[in-house]
Amino acid sequence: MRATKLRRGLLTLLAVVLALAWAFPVYWMVNSAFLDKATLSSTRPTFLPFGGSFDNFTTVLGDPAFGRALAISLSVTLVTVAAALAIAFLGALAISRFRFRGRASFVLALLLIQMLPAEGLFIAQYKMMSSVGLLNNVLGLAVLYTAAVVPFTIWMLRGFVAGVPIDLEEAAMVDGLSRTQAFLRITFPLLAPGLVASGVYAFLQAWNEFTVALVVMTEEQARTLPLWLRGFIQASATRETDWGQVMAASTLVAIPVIVFFLLVQSRMSSGLVGGAVKG
Amino acid sequence: MSSASSSRRVPLALIIPTLLILLVALGYPIGWQVITSFQHYGMLQQFGQPPEWVGLDNYTALFTDGYLWVVIARSIVFCLVCAASTVLIGGGMALLMRAVSTPARLILQIALLVAWAMPVVTSMTVWIWIVDWRRGVLNWLLTRLGGDFQGHNWLVEPLSFFAVAAVIVVWMSVPFVALSIYAGLTQVSPEVLEAAQIDGASGWQRLRHIILPLIAPVVSIVLLLQLIWDLRVFTQIKLLQDAGGFANETNLLGTYIYQLGTGAGDFGAAAAVSVIMLALTVAMSWYYVRSLMKEES
Repeated sequence: MRATKLRRGLLTLLAVVLALAWAFPVYWMVNSAFLDKATLSSTRPTFLPFGGSFDNFTTVLGDPAFGRALAISLSVTLVTVAAALAIAFLGALAISRFRFRGRASFVLALLLIQMLPAEGLFIAQYKMMSSVGLLNNVLGLAVLYTAAVVPFTIWMLRGFVAGVPIDLEEAAMVDGLSRTQAFLRITFPLLAPGLVASGVYAFLQAWNEFTVALVVMTEEQARTLPLWLRGFIQASATRETDWGQVMAASTLVAIPVIVFFLLVQSRMSSGLVGGAVKG
Repeated sequence: MSSASSSRRVPLALIIPTLLILLVALGYPIGWQVITSFQHYGMLQQFGQPPEWVGLDNYTALFTDGYLWVVIARSIVFCLVCAASTVLIGGGMALLMRAVSTPARLILQIALLVAWAMPVVTSMTVWIWIVDWRRGVLNWLLTRLGGDFQGHNWLVEPLSFFAVAAVIVVWMSVPFVALSIYAGLTQVSPEVLEAAQIDGASGWQRLRHIILPLIAPVVSIVLLLQLIWDLRVFTQIKLLQDAGGFANETNLLGTYIYQLGTGAGDFGAAAAVSVIMLALTVAMSWYYVRSLMKEES
């Protein structure tokens, strides 16, 4: 009996140690964000932000380069979310409400496309954008992002559409509504949670994306937030860096993501591993 | 108009926007890439000279060059090491979450979720700060533990560069794996395990003969996804190169394509490597996609 207790205690300890290890980088980012340059350049690290301040945050927020990157990231993200939801919603309707010839190949193609690596395409996308004059253009980047997120968004949404029983719609049609009316009044409101979850998925993808932005947003004026953060990393290779400011900047970029992510995480995972978890 | 023909037209109309955006943003570039991989397309073509058909020259040049093989070998080894460590650590954590009390499990789950939620570029800024050679907390810790790591630069040596990259990639990927396998484990009924225990099955036997077969589907799917994702790893490698690694000694497939295309302006060769990478991914994804499709129907 005592052996089991000891074993349980050790396992609990292991779980806590692993939790600390995984949370540490996130903690370290927030902690360093509150410390000034002098504290951070001492040879002993400071583990708790006592005596810290919001100075790094105010400096970052006052930096015009941050404002510009924020504006670009926000507009690319919003265009992507709106376009992806509109397109994917229609696509999800098609595959979950209709049986048509080519449906299976369409779904197969979506799933395969969703796996294509951006790295295997971005040089060609760069050439395409440069030939139509859309390099460094918010809409150009949003088109590439929309195409990248639409397949998985359809895949996520199809479950929600299929979850609304068609009988409800048919009952409303018996009551005299047209098919479109029945859809808009009955099905659409029931789909709201699905649209929110898929919208957040598209938001996270566009907000975090680095690879494609790196090749098509070549000018400093056109940087998105991840590219702006990269500027600090590049600078750190050659000169002394004010890590407190970099960490404050990173915290500002990460916070909305962490909040949104926690909201939709379970739905995204079930889209990825499918029924394998249900056993 | 008969309703049969209209109901055939409706779904097609609904998927037209999807088809259009995919054709424009992915189909066209893929087509361009396949064509360009058979052409000589360098700096002169950038300035308007028409590209010249060279058949398989780009491919033969790459495959006889030696450097591509080095990059492919590096990518495969890196991918295997990361994917295997991720699934082992993640699977271990999932078993651990089952074994500990609820509060301990919740603490671990929350830590994993927060790490998972971090945007990749912000994770990279923090990790680069942690391994920074001047004031990084890693060198401080290792020095405290008795090593001599003051001013040690982790990114100059290719081997330690990849060790850092692997730790970061595994740190980022473990949460998804651990939580998915844990979700699979919750389906294993405690009664069955208890019965086996009463019948005298040891912990190892229960794991081997009851738990593992039941979670095999989810483990194989997450392993496959990790292999696909770790083969294409780009952001982490690129940013570590930016922070002070030497690109030539640390290129994987993604950064090599980037270097060929945007750095050297050799679009023919970049397209050829891209085609190879896409073919590899599609081949690896096939089984995964088929298994998702099977559940769907």
